[in-house]
Amino acid sequence: MNPHHDSHRMHVFRKYLFSIDHKVIGIQYGLTSLFFLLFGFSLMMLMRWQLAFPGTAIPFIGKFFGESRAPGGIMLPEFYNELGAMHGTIMVFLGVVPLGVGCFGNLLVPLQIGAPDMAFPKLNMASYWVFFLGGLTMLFSFILPGGAASSGWTSYPPLADIATIGQTVWLIGMVFLITSSLLGSINFITTVLQLRTEGLTFMRLPFFVWSQLVTAFLLLLAFPPLEAAGILQLMDRLAHTSFFLPSGLMISGEPLKGSGGGSVLLWQHLFWFLAHPEVYVILLPAMGIVAEIIANNIRKPLWGYTSMVYSVLFIGFMSFIVWAHHMFLTGMGTAMSSFFQATTMIISIPSVVILSCLFISLWGGSIRLNTAMLFALAFLPMFGMGGLTGLPLGLSVSDIHLHDTYYVIGHFHYVVAPGVIFALFAGIYHWFPKFTGRQMNEFLGKLHFWPSLLLMNAIFFPMLIQGLAGVSRRLYDGGLQYAHAQGVLSLNKVSSYSAWALAVAQLPFIFNFVFSIFKGKKVTSDNPWEATTLEWQTPTPPGHGNFETTPTVYRGPYEYSVPGASRDFTPQNEP
Amino acid sequence: MDAIPYTVKAREDTGLYNARLGIWLFLASEVMLFGALFATYVILRLGALHWPLGASLLSIPLGTFNTVVLISSSVTMVFAWVSLKEKNLGKYKMYMGFTIILAVLFIVVKLFLEYIPKFEHHLYPGKSTFWAIYFTLTGLHALHVLGGIGVNTYFWGPGANMWQSEPERFTNRIEIAGLYWHFVDLVWIFLFPILYLL
Repeated sequence: MNPHHDSHRMHVFRKYLFSIDHKVIGIQYGLTSLFFLLFGFSLMMLMRWQLAFPGTAIPFIGKFFGESRAPGGIMLPEFYNELGAMHGTIMVFLGVVPLGVGCFGNLLVPLQIGAPDMAFPKLNMASYWVFFLGGLTMLFSFILPGGAASSGWTSYPPLADIATIGQTVWLIGMVFLITSSLLGSINFITTVLQLRTEGLTFMRLPFFVWSQLVTAFLLLLAFPPLEAAGILQLMDRLAHTSFFLPSGLMISGEPLKGSGGGSVLLWQHLFWFLAHPEVYVILLPAMGIVAEIIANNIRKPLWGYTSMVYSVLFIGFMSFIVWAHHMFLTGMGTAMSSFFQATTMIISIPSVVILSCLFISLWGGSIRLNTAMLFALAFLPMFGMGGLTGLPLGLSVSDIHLHDTYYVIGHFHYVVAPGVIFALFAGIYHWFPKFTGRQMNEFLGKLHFWPSLLLMNAIFFPMLIQGLAGVSRRLYDGGLQYAHAQGVLSLNKVSSYSAWALAVAQLPFIFNFVFSIFKGKKVTSDNPWEATTLEWQTPTPPGHGNFETTPTVYRGPYEYSVPGASRDFTPQNEP
Repeated sequence: MDAIPYTVKAREDTGLYNARLGIWLFLASEVMLFGALFATYVILRLGALHWPLGASLLSIPLGTFNTVVLISSSVTMVFAWVSLKEKNLGKYKMYMGFTIILAVLFIVVKLFLEYIPKFEHHLYPGKSTFWAIYFTLTGLHALHVLGGIGVNTYFWGPGANMWQSEPERFTNRIEIAGLYWHFVDLVWIFLFPILYLL
């Protein structure tokens, strides 16, 4: 059957909306998650107003939030909590992860392993639409009485157990998102293990595929305990059980109505059993993207590919036994703390190995500084900052001072925002030509990159300082009422102005992205970056079924500048 | 290049066809789901001041009966798959029919002889941590049984048409459904002692 003929016959709904083609599904994931990234970012910009100018009316748009959220345009604490909880939820579960896994994983994994599609195409479609339903559920929760969930993205009981109905809908939304990632992870693992083309042995897999494989295992095995926890919290809220409610609990001066006998720490254990691996679910695809882009733009093989692969496997394994370092201050005991502190120090080693390999790879390369490469290079020091600031949090003694302060916010945002999101931007600039046949504008790309790099640091570095001064996170007024916060209070304005400026700095990207789809410079080659991996050895854009003939792989993923070769790159499928 | 490889035949180096790997991965995630719930049971029970003996609140004869019913359905499920290997669709339909009937019997006993009488005595999940665990775990298990009934009924009815066009693929599907069904059975084999006997 001629695949091109076949695709013409397909109904438009089948082709673009309910497509089972991994590339269309990847693009659907990409557009949806970019929307949610922007939405989650907007929630945060509102919070930043309240932190910089507590108790003053939000200019221009304040009057649109209604009396229940912002009477007279002045944000109520409940609204602030709602924004905080939903910013975290949306950025993690609807923004960064679906972009890294759902979009890039779907687009690239089948192409990089020489497969015609994912192993289970219909499951793949179902995974997207269940994710979409989860997103709609989360958006819907904003219009409920009492608003969306407001107990933090961690949903700690007992607060979450007694919160308004938004929390119930949050849990239902999470069940959709968990189901979606479960379907996706089964699909990714099966695809990588089963559909590798002839000659593509494990040690010839591009690092990106390794990172996606490990990520899929984390999603597969770490998410179900959160689903279990979600079910138990739903039971607490709907069937009035007391899984997470201890005996003798008083709520607003009234004794608890349920039977009691539950454990609040149980939720935290179940939650962090997911949420620590989740950190690596966020991080690993980004590392994979960065490795691909760096290898391509230094024109030489990655230094230490084998150690990087073993490191990523080790990270995957270790990430299951570090979760309680989020709970040093819950009184779970020093023996437990010591264990989790030790595993936490151990897991930082493979991350450092990967980062070092990428740094050392740069040595002696003839580096091409295009926009994708700039973002990928910026990932290295920015993620480095995030990682290093994490060490004092992983040691239980120094964590006593830093726990639940702005230092924590600064730390993990360094990992996620200028780290992971920069890597995702790099991926968009790098692979854009493959799927559209056009290049994004380099000047606009640099106009996007340099201000973003500067502003990201201007947002998050002040938070590290505030945190060291002891300012708690989740304060509705940014620390206004606390004597110890007075010295660093003005930094709130620095962060806020930078955050709003960061929004402006994204305009070149949004314009560039939309403009280049239609009017960007056409690529003249299927392989404009002269890359070695298989996704570039397809037509542009790849048709239904991806490859014209099944490729055979003869060599490793990064054979750049092979001595004696006619060109400075030797594709994997070249005999 | 269009067709996805290894949908029916096994890949040589892994020895698996795609769906067989897929179902094992799914079962691995199910182990983590029920594992977390069993861990919850252990933690809450160890932390409780008083924990009732399951036998004093639940009926061991009914639980035993249901255990036998579910194990029998797993056996008939295997016979259904073997019948397809013997290329005997009629025998397959008979055994698959038994599997479905036994699963429905399990649900009927659970619902009408166990849940509803409990509700009539005002024993709801919110009554105590024991009842919370009992209803959550058995309820989630019952949902899995219902899911299995749905899948098996489809393969007994309209889904069986695939036997005419792709017999090998259909046999694989029954193997997959069987693996799931044995897992559901296995969960009950853990649930019965921890809730009824211990």
